[in-house]
Amino acid sequence: MTIERPKADVVICGLGWAGSVMAEELTRAGLNVTAIERGAWRDTSTDFPPAVDPDELRWTTRRELLQPMSVETTTFRNRMDQTAAPVRNWSAYQFGWNVGGAGTHWAGMSWRFTPWDFEVATQTRERYGAAKAEGLQLQDWGVTYAEMEPYYDRFERIAGTSGIAGNINGEIKPGGNPFEGPRAREYPTPPLKDTFWMREFREASERMGYHPFTLPAGNISQAYVNPLGVTMGPCTYCGFCDFHGCGNFSKSSPQACILPALMRRPNFTLLTETEVLHAVKHDDGKTAKGVKFITKEGEEGFQPADIVIITAYQMDNVRLMLLSGIGEQYDPATGKGTVGRNYTYQTCGTVNAFFSDKYTNPFIGGGALAVQIDDFNGDNFDHGNLDFIGGAGIMGYSTNGRPIQNMNNLRPGSKRWGSAWKEAYTRDYNQGAGIFIQGTSMPVRDAYLDLDPDYRDRHGQPLLRLTFDWNRNDQNMLRYLTDRSVEIMREAGGEDMIVENQAEESWNPYKQHSSHTIGGAVMGADPTTSALNPFLQSWDVHNVFVVGASAFPNNGGYNPTVTVGALAVRAAQAIHQTYVNNPGPLVKG
Amino acid sequence: MKRRDLLRSFGAAMTTSALVSPAAAAELKGFPEQTAMSADHLPRPAMKGGGFQVFTQENDRKILAAVFDRLIPSDKFGPSASEAGCLEFLDDQLAGRYGEGRALYLEGPVRPENEEAIMGSPQFTQTPRQRYEDGLKALEAYAKATDGVAFHALSPGRIDEILSGLEEGKIELPNGVKGKWFFELMLQNAREGYLADPLYGGNRDMAGWKMIGFPGARYDYRPYIERQGENLKLEPVSLIPKD
Ligand SMILES: Cc1cc2nc3c(=O)[nH]c(=O)nc-3n(C[C@H](O)[C@H](O)[C@H](O)COP(=O)(O)OP(=O)(O)OC[C@H]3O[C@@H](n4cnc5c(N)ncnc54)[C@H](O)[C@@H]3O)c2cc1C
Ligand code: SF4
Repeated sequence: MTIERPKADVVICGLGWAGSVMAEELTRAGLNVTAIERGAWRDTSTDFPPAVDPDELRWTTRRELLQPMSVETTTFRNRMDQTAAPVRNWSAYQFGWNVGGAGTHWAGMSWRFTPWDFEVATQTRERYGAAKAEGLQLQDWGVTYAEMEPYYDRFERIAGTSGIAGNINGEIKPGGNPFEGPRAREYPTPPLKDTFWMREFREASERMGYHPFTLPAGNISQAYVNPLGVTMGPCTYCGFCDFHGCGNFSKSSPQACILPALMRRPNFTLLTETEVLHAVKHDDGKTAKGVKFITKEGEEGFQPADIVIITAYQMDNVRLMLLSGIGEQYDPATGKGTVGRNYTYQTCGTVNAFFSDKYTNPFIGGGALAVQIDDFNGDNFDHGNLDFIGGAGIMGYSTNGRPIQNMNNLRPGSKRWGSAWKEAYTRDYNQGAGIFIQGTSMPVRDAYLDLDPDYRDRHGQPLLRLTFDWNRNDQNMLRYLTDRSVEIMREAGGEDMIVENQAEESWNPYKQHSSHTIGGAVMGADPTTSALNPFLQSWDVHNVFVVGASAFPNNGGYNPTVTVGALAVRAAQAIHQTYVNNPGPLVKG
Repeated sequence: MKRRDLLRSFGAAMTTSALVSPAAAAELKGFPEQTAMSADHLPRPAMKGGGFQVFTQENDRKILAAVFDRLIPSDKFGPSASEAGCLEFLDDQLAGRYGEGRALYLEGPVRPENEEAIMGSPQFTQTPRQRYEDGLKALEAYAKATDGVAFHALSPGRIDEILSGLEEGKIELPNGVKGKWFFELMLQNAREGYLADPLYGGNRDMAGWKMIGFPGARYDYRPYIERQGENLKLEPVSLIPKD
């Protein structure tokens, strides 16, 4: 039996961060919106109250909020001459699958990208000459930081982001990040407090002449009412943030910030535990007429709509485009086609160390509780004599002291079992501290996404296949950044350092830590190199919009979500202000 | 009703509803007004005193205890793994969704060599429960073949030697069991049992948390964050307080 649903103005596929932001904008503008979400309804009081949330085994170790591989996984290979294998177990891939998406259990590091990140092709050429980017597939985003500023501001107001401004309308502010793009105003809530390690990191990097600042955080520092009228509470530094929900209404999330308002709007409908299989195009192929879905009970159905918005997270965004025949598959051999192009990741390393006779009290933590320097991020430093472009944020973090997660964070040479392990963990648990290096990732020709020829999901649809390995530019960058981070750790007095440069060995989902998968359906001004125009509208099928980090042509040295949220606000406004009055391409290709 | 009994009856309710009818796909209009916990997010405590569900054979329990108590022996830092309840913990874990491998992708084509080459480590299409079943048999067969005795009868020193050999990949186990990776599985699970909330049957008396100084399921450190670098001497709190 096929369920035929009443037509909606807009169907939204996936109700995570991007989907919630889009739905809120579009319903407020009066459009009739139906969202289809594969996961279940989850909310603070009913699903992760304080009596349920601080449970490391269930939420961090077993990842029970995340989308299991049995629902859908990804296949992976480093090179095109290899046969990809499916990812069978938990890995760096960490996908959301409930109402709220990964936005329910993210950590909350709430960054804007730098102006440079949006124009990396042009600015690199102008500052260093074209040869500097050789081997990289650089392209601008088709939107500048200055154009993005109001949308960043809007998303931060909805999210209640805590932080301290470093640049308000061009004026550098003490205590903030002097390298950030100009902001129109201060953060909605003040910065979080320093832990022991944050203070040590801050003082050490200041002594070295750098510019430390408290991370902008989706862990709210005080009670706050957002523009939608939703009230949030202060973060308690509970230490059960990433992989966990928030029991205090203090983590920026669709649950805490958007759903209470959105769900009450009469022109909004939500189908839960229902998966979009693909979009369906009209016979002429120029527009889509709706999406085909399947319920948890296995009933198939069709949701007709005038506008189809794909907000299923970066990987599934690309997969749904390919399954729906929206745009042409990118071919790395010829460079033709755009869907799957410019997949990037996050180039990361860590420097851990120990402080004898101190108590770092690592259990006092927040998902985004950290101090960072941006002196070596983006193009904030001269690359003239360096063999790479890009950089990384260097942060001293206090995210958690969860005992299972940290059980191997021991001084070098320690055993992992026996009385020797117990002795080492007893000694080191409360003395450890870490620096995280979160770097840019530049696109190259042969890093891309397509559909796997062999492996299928539970509904028999092909899985997405990733072909990726570190490129030389990013490896050189991380080597340089790791050296800078070791110097800071030494200055801070950390002993017995453990240095992990993740790009030294081939990329592999089981060895990485970052969940930040990027690109594959990128935005841009040129339809031969981008799948979407600068309003995230498909160049090929004009009533399809694809919103997520899939749109980034390159990755900044930052977590992606605030940029996803800002792009979502911008796309939604373009839809209700312009597109609905005159459906068609918003930009001439 | 004592808190623990309450949690147990939550758990029981959860099991039946999960068997009868999984939550259905739903059309939501308006804000869902329910305030009761979602059935599948209720705490899932290990049943204490209910006997073993997976390790029903005494010899299996003896092998496991022999291994676990070398991985985490009793010493001045705290009780051994078995004293802390890590066997009961593992039995409960293997009896449920973890043991069934419900989250794993187990579809073919299965190409063990290619998968290991691509991923840098073997991938398994057996569930954790099956891996223990095979692994314990292989340990027993190994002890009989090399030492002529049951595994649990080996001396602690000899068990350490075997565990080190497995860890370093120097010892191969019979019947195709990948010894190094079975060692890693046992090490992971033993320490999980020692460090997870006592709700799950291990970490008895929060011994693992007391050992390292982790305050457990406390949810508010605002009164402490400004006491930087101090020994806060916080007593741990569990989701299942002693009754
Ligand atoms: C542990 C963790 C920590 C993180 N920390 C940070 C951080 O500190 N800072 C940061 O910026 N980012 C962080 N992230 C990333 C962040 O969560 C994502 O960038 C963000 O949620 C992306 O928003 P989205 O709307 O694109 O995807 P999501 O929020 O994941 O939403 C996508 C939704 O689509 C649904 N869906 C998928 N396919 C279908 C389908 N076929 N049909 C119907 N529904 C479907 C999914 O179930 C999901 O609910 C973290 C992620 C994780 C997992
Ligand atoms: S650290 Fe703060 S924001 Fe994160 S879950 Fe805990 S209380 Fe919520």
